[in-house]
Amino acid sequence: MPVREEQGTKAWQRRDRGTQFAIWAGWLAGTAVFVYCWQLISDKTMWHFVIDAPAQAADLGERMVPPDWAYLNKLWRPTWDTINIATLGTVLALVLAVPTAFCAARNTTPSAAIVRPIALFVIVSSRSINSLIWALVLVAIVGPGVFAGIIAIALRSIGFCAKLLYEAIEEIDESQVEAIRATGASGAQILAYGIAPQVLPAFAGISVFRWDINIRESTVLGLVGAGGIGLQLNASIMNLEWSKVTVILLVIISTVIISEWVSAKVRHAII
Amino acid sequence: MTTAAATRRWTKPPFIKDPRLRWGLGLGAAIYLAFAFGTVDVNWMRVIEGLPRGQRFVAGFFPPDFVSRWAEILDGIYESLWMTVASTVIGIAISIPVALGGARNLAPAPIYFLCRGIFAVSRSFQEVILAIFFVKLFGFGPFAGFVTLSVATVGFYGKLLAEDIEDMDPEQAEAVRATGANWFQWLNYAIQPQVMPRMIGLGLYRFDINFRESAIVGIVGGGGIGATLNTAFDRYEYDSAAAILLIIIGIVMVVEYTSGYVRKWVQ
Repeated sequence: MPVREEQGTKAWQRRDRGTQFAIWAGWLAGTAVFVYCWQLISDKTMWHFVIDAPAQAADLGERMVPPDWAYLNKLWRPTWDTINIATLGTVLALVLAVPTAFCAARNTTPSAAIVRPIALFVIVSSRSINSLIWALVLVAIVGPGVFAGIIAIALRSIGFCAKLLYEAIEEIDESQVEAIRATGASGAQILAYGIAPQVLPAFAGISVFRWDINIRESTVLGLVGAGGIGLQLNASIMNLEWSKVTVILLVIISTVIISEWVSAKVRHAII
Repeated sequence: MTTAAATRRWTKPPFIKDPRLRWGLGLGAAIYLAFAFGTVDVNWMRVIEGLPRGQRFVAGFFPPDFVSRWAEILDGIYESLWMTVASTVIGIAISIPVALGGARNLAPAPIYFLCRGIFAVSRSFQEVILAIFFVKLFGFGPFAGFVTLSVATVGFYGKLLAEDIEDMDPEQAEAVRATGANWFQWLNYAIQPQVMPRMIGLGLYRFDINFRESAIVGIVGGGGIGATLNTAFDRYEYDSAAAILLIIIGIVMVVEYTSGYVRKWVQ
């Protein structure tokens, strides 16, 4: 126990001298890195604009209030499109994520040497590229609209769903699988009776969780032309119609809050 | 008895036990899908027309061209990394006090609701929307991106940290309090050690997310690799864009593996 002598009495302290010093050095290094990064950002910033920000904010606030409530009636269709992008994108992603997850899980992969690395690469690349970038690419390929949004959401969600699902598959109880195998079940039957029931709750939870995230993401896909309420947002910002922007933002917030509530309820019911 | 047993067959128990709920959900899903497919007007002609173009487009990505825009790419990557480091540090520094306020077992009701409100506001908007506004306020460049990512970090990190503080073991906190520790000593000796592994893990995770998001804020003018990527798309230099995407994937992979390793080592 690290104890220090102080005027003849022994006082307890949390760490001994070496650890204390190592932690201090770690903090010093971290601070140095941070200050260096900050310096570089600061060099590229026009501080004149930053100082001007409160005035800009006040000006913007003035233009955004009062909200143009009449515009709300034109937003139902885009909101419906947004929900469709998220839902259909999630469904498509799940269809593709299930086989990927089974290929990536150590205990179900057909070949650990070839198939598993490929599946893992699919998962990582899908996860590391944001749906907005996918949308940017897809709008150029299939044209602007809801379809590009659905595909973008799906491509982005495969990695997320497959990653969580394959982790769930790796954590299953092997003895149940062995019991099914001992009855003489075929590979597909083992999958259906031994593995699927164990990962089904996780699967349902993941789908709803991802659906919730996708609602959030699909609200901005329109910024690059991939359909949904983001199109209206982009148009209003371009036309500097800030009172409409307020209405759109409020619609986005309420959609997000409702979807979050639904997803929390459903996940609560499953677990 | 024997005849009955012979005719009965075992079937797998359904996942949702209540049959009304099961069929209701199925029916609801079918109706929704019918509606959704009815209203999503996919212009199949445009898709089919687009396919050869898409092929050429995809072909334009290969081979990735790392060389001709290397200086710009490197610049963008560095800028993204600075933004990521700075915004993760500042975001975490701000979110710690807010998380303490947002933990129900530490804070009184008014502060609790205030802090939870801060999380809700910063979480309900996508980084891109925040970035549009911050670019408007602070001008183009990495500062707007830095502010965006910091704000997003507060919502994410603060909320999860607050939940972790709520889940801590109250006995240890009580034991330290019983020694006559003051409030800061109490935080430092009873709460911080309990949440530290999670804080480090979450911090690394958020670093990873911030790097990925820094590629996005650039699209609307927030600086970083996203700006370089957007320029590459605007100039139809798809081979450079492919190089940038590959670099992003590579860095994300490295960060993810490192953070996974560190998290395992911390816990």
